[in-house]
Amino acid sequence: MLMGKVVNILLQLNQIHKVFNEGTPDEKIALHRINLQLKPGDFMTVIGSNGAGKSTLMNMISGKLIPDMGDVLIDGSDVTLVKEHKRSKLIGRVFQDPMAGTAPSMTIEENLAIAYSRTMTRSLHKGVSKKRRDFFQEKLEMLHLGLENRLSAKVGLLSGGERQALSLLMATFTEPKILLLDEHTAALDPARAELITNLTKEIVETFKLTTLMVTHNMQQALDLGNRLIMMDKAQVIFETNEEQKQKLTVEKLLEEFQKIRGEKMSSDKAVLI
Amino acid sequence: MPTAIFGSIEAGAIYALMALGVYLSFRILDFPDLTVDGSFVTGASVAAVMIVGGYNPFLATIAALLAGFAAGCLTGLLHTKGKINALLSGILMMIALYSINLRIMGKSNVPLLSEETAMTKLTEFWQGLGIDQAIQSLTAALGMNFIPKTWGILILMLILALAVKVLIDLFLKTDVGLAIRATGDNETMIRSFSADTDLLKIFGLGISNALVAFSGALVAQYNGFSDVGMGIGMIIIGLASVIIGEAIFGAKTIVRATLAVIGGAILYRIIVTLALRVEFLETGDMKLITAVIVISALILPKIIQQQKEKQRKRRRLLEAKKNQASNAYGKSGEHLAAIKSDS
Repeated sequence: MLMGKVVNILLQLNQIHKVFNEGTPDEKIALHRINLQLKPGDFMTVIGSNGAGKSTLMNMISGKLIPDMGDVLIDGSDVTLVKEHKRSKLIGRVFQDPMAGTAPSMTIEENLAIAYSRTMTRSLHKGVSKKRRDFFQEKLEMLHLGLENRLSAKVGLLSGGERQALSLLMATFTEPKILLLDEHTAALDPARAELITNLTKEIVETFKLTTLMVTHNMQQALDLGNRLIMMDKAQVIFETNEEQKQKLTVEKLLEEFQKIRGEKMSSDKAVLI
Repeated sequence: MPTAIFGSIEAGAIYALMALGVYLSFRILDFPDLTVDGSFVTGASVAAVMIVGGYNPFLATIAALLAGFAAGCLTGLLHTKGKINALLSGILMMIALYSINLRIMGKSNVPLLSEETAMTKLTEFWQGLGIDQAIQSLTAALGMNFIPKTWGILILMLILALAVKVLIDLFLKTDVGLAIRATGDNETMIRSFSADTDLLKIFGLGISNALVAFSGALVAQYNGFSDVGMGIGMIIIGLASVIIGEAIFGAKTIVRATLAVIGGAILYRIIVTLALRVEFLETGDMKLITAVIVISALILPKIIQQQKEKQRKRRRLLEAKKNQASNAYGKSGEHLAAIKSDS
């Protein structure tokens, strides 16, 4: 790190600070001078109790929230004040709610066409052309759910797992600079969650995506990715690099948390193992 | 009687353009846009004033369309940039447009009866084609003794409505069109795919009100006047057309839904015409009739749906019972229990 060599940084957060309801009795520091750097190809998992600031962190990167202090840099350019919809040309997102990432009254191919035009300026080009349809079909095969044969089915008819798989594909197949996964398996049953977890792994590797994933599931945080951070009370309290992460277990993570905070991570903070 | 029905189909085809505009805002953008009451008259007034001023009626109609587009965009701006509630921004524009329409016309009513309008020009053009005579001889051969002044307006307006429908269908399949549909369907999602939802809403409302004003301009030329009060309740008429159309012709796909809206608009006119022939009803009851039509179109499909559901369950239950009787050792008993628990 200190070798003086220019390291290519894809996502950089400098001293990000955010306070909600400032000046009222409900004042809450959501993020306290957070620094974060992701190199191309990094896959970082973020864990922490409820209210630790994980979601706020995601919203800072996606542009939904603007920090009180600090900068957000993507691929070297300052995007701190760039609006959410403009920033999303660079960012793919999958939400916790399987219903949030797709348009239910539109067909699978129409949804994919919307995702396909994320990186371009939309024009009066036909949304689902023959060429695009072939491309969609090929990409849908990656999901192994048979959706490639149901291109003209309305997305509202799909199950939660299918919709989340589709959301994941839609967020990734245009190869965004950064992929944000916000507890994207939390609302699914265990079998579906595992399916999506595996798909995530496969897709991130295929497209070599730089990824930030928030999860409540510690095992998932350990299984996926090459880096891990733990957040608590608006701060990053624990961070591992690639080698350390491989040796880490859930027990060690919990121990680590107790050592740092001097308190037990209580079960009502939804620590799922 | 046939003359009345004929007239209501003619009018229905012209009002269908307005209904398509309402379909865009209500169904596609999921935006209850009350601007319609005002922008319909704006279209009528702009066209009327320009025609009286000696402009080409077609040019006047295009200008009316653009005025409607501007009005819709303003409603969109109030809602997205001014962060005013959707209903309220529409109502505000509607009220503001009332005064603006009076200003445009300079008085509350502009007659067009002695003017050269798009309708008179189209009739002239049509009669030059000589198709009327052909249709007349055909209907006479079929034993119908009904002879309208011309078939031209009816046929040309139907063609216009269908052409606009096809354009809307095509537009809603383009990248921009898909983004507008997604804005009405799932705003979070479309924003995460780099669409500026504010801009899309403004644009969508612009197109919607452009169609409404277009329709207003044609209605003024069809009826032979523009009146500041002619837009009252227009949004409900539009909504009635959309709902009746969808209930009767279905709305599974966009192509089908837009066709249904045109059908609904024509059907609405026919229903009103028939209703007004009932002895105890008067012209002043029209708005009440409209309200009743909309309410029944909203409630009836649900009741029919419920009845169908009940019948289906009863049939399944009967079949299960039959199976149970014929197969004493089978597992249909469990099956039956499962059916009962979900009914």
